[in-house]
Amino acid sequence: MQYQAESWGSYNFPTRSSSPIGSDPIERIERLASENAVVIFSVSTCCMCHAIKRLFCGMGVNPTVYELDEDPRGGKEIEKALMMLLGSPSGVPVVFIGGKLVGAMDRVMASHINGSLVPLLKEAGALWL
Amino acid sequence: MQSFKAIAANSDMYCHSPFYLRADESIRNQTRFADLGELELSAAGFHHDTNAVDLSRSSIYNNLHFGGLPAELGTAGAEVETGQQYMLHKATTVVIGGGAMGNGNFENWGDSALAENSQRTESSTDIDTDDKNQSRGVQDGALVVVDSMDQSKGGTGDQKQTLRRLAQNREAARKSRLRKKVMDFILCSAYVQQLENSRLKLTQLEQELQRARQQGIFIATGSSGDQSVSIGSNGALAFDIDYARWLDEHQRLINDLRSAVNSHMGDNDLRVLVDAVMSHYDEIFRLKGVGAKSDVFHMLSGMWKTPAERCFLWLGGFRSSELLKILGNHLEPLTDQQLMGICNLQQSSQQAEDALSQGMEALQQSLVETLSSNCLGPTGSGNVADYMGQMAIAMGKLATLENFLHQADLLRQQTLQQMHRILTTRQAARALLVISDYMSRLRALSSLWLARPKD
Repeated sequence: MQYQAESWGSYNFPTRSSSPIGSDPIERIERLASENAVVIFSVSTCCMCHAIKRLFCGMGVNPTVYELDEDPRGGKEIEKALMMLLGSPSGVPVVFIGGKLVGAMDRVMASHINGSLVPLLKEAGALWL
Repeated sequence: MQSFKAIAANSDMYCHSPFYLRADESIRNQTRFADLGELELSAAGFHHDTNAVDLSRSSIYNNLHFGGLPAELGTAGAEVETGQQYMLHKATTVVIGGGAMGNGNFENWGDSALAENSQRTESSTDIDTDDKNQSRGVQDGALVVVDSMDQSKGGTGDQKQTLRRLAQNREAARKSRLRKKVMDFILCSAYVQQLENSRLKLTQLEQELQRARQQGIFIATGSSGDQSVSIGSNGALAFDIDYARWLDEHQRLINDLRSAVNSHMGDNDLRVLVDAVMSHYDEIFRLKGVGAKSDVFHMLSGMWKTPAERCFLWLGGFRSSELLKILGNHLEPLTDQQLMGICNLQQSSQQAEDALSQGMEALQQSLVETLSSNCLGPTGSGNVADYMGQMAIAMGKLATLENFLHQADLLRQQTLQQMHRILTTRQAARALLVISDYMSRLRALSSLWLARPKD
């Protein structure tokens, strides 16, 4: 699992440098989500986030985790944006695979049970046989 | 068949489960299992009380539907008394409700000839041979008796001795089968007793709820008019009642399914019944969600389940991965694709369970840390703000319990649905029966355990 907490202050985007707080959170989400095969937006104290991380680790996947509460600038905005995106009272945890939104715990678990999660992971290159 | 009638009157063989229709008996609550040991030992000498036996009712047996697995417990309203009298109550529901008694073997004495039970189901394997052996044994037994009765007609001594030895062997085998049947019957009666108890409990709960509601209204109108308290405290009660009702309905649907499977109903009609059971499962998950909103601890504690079920409780319900293990070999034959699907389902449900379990552990750990925080100490500076702050954090963490319970229920529901998707209609029907029977046995085990003799 790769935690991106320390890299918050120094991400270098080709178009935006040291992104100001005013930058569109949705765009940031999209950008961050497309950088790695499996991206999880989380809050360090959230237990459901812990559960979802354990789920991926248990499958042998190495997700990239962004702890929103450890982002001094913009974490809150991302969390709010995710809340709106999902339409749920809690913005975390949220999972992106291959740059595409999968959803919160219920969606991730549902897709795992119905057998669609593993192919998705393989397609994104996060899982090999 | 003179000799045959002689056997019927004199031998130790008896109708396995004499179910009698006495619709007007009052419900008696007691199940006395004190003589369990006695019953087993006396299986050989176990006679049906001639008053209780109603041989002419053998025709009733022909109308019964019996399930496949041995010691399967169908819905029945009856009770067990010690000794040798078995009186049954509400046997119509019992009998037609189905469920297998013993190995589905009913030797129809009296009017009908010795016939093998025609209600054997597809899933009985060694049961079948058992059945055949029994009937054969009976017939052979008849022959033996005839033979010894006709001693005057001659025949060699050797022949008679061999026959006698054979007869003894058969007797011994028969007696052990009978003992097994008695145990099956006892288990069934225990289940049946448990069902009666739960029906009583349902009515009791309903009465309590009525009373509580009336009291609640009284308090509400008497004081601040705040009804939320009384409703909240009835959340657990309301769920218990709903659950008891759900269980009753579930048993009814399962029995319908069982008779459909046994009567080799067509796939289309069977699918309707399977779908009915599946949507009924959806209903319990919905009820659990409602229950969790009003009393999450009651749902998590599993107090609404029987003790034995509670022993296997995981996050307020059954383990999905366990379910598939229970199904085990019952689903065969499976195509390769189905087998892979089931294996994947087993694995993914296990992984999801582990993830949720670890999330719960993290929750508990963080609660411990919050509540054991220094500023909550009694010798602390008495900083109320800190205390309230910590409590607020703890409250927030508790709120996520409902989410975990919800996810666990979703997992259970989705595992059932995926299983339904993978299997054919007939396989799904069998799977649902197996699962339901397993749960029934667990509940019956609870009853047996609670009623066991304590010395």
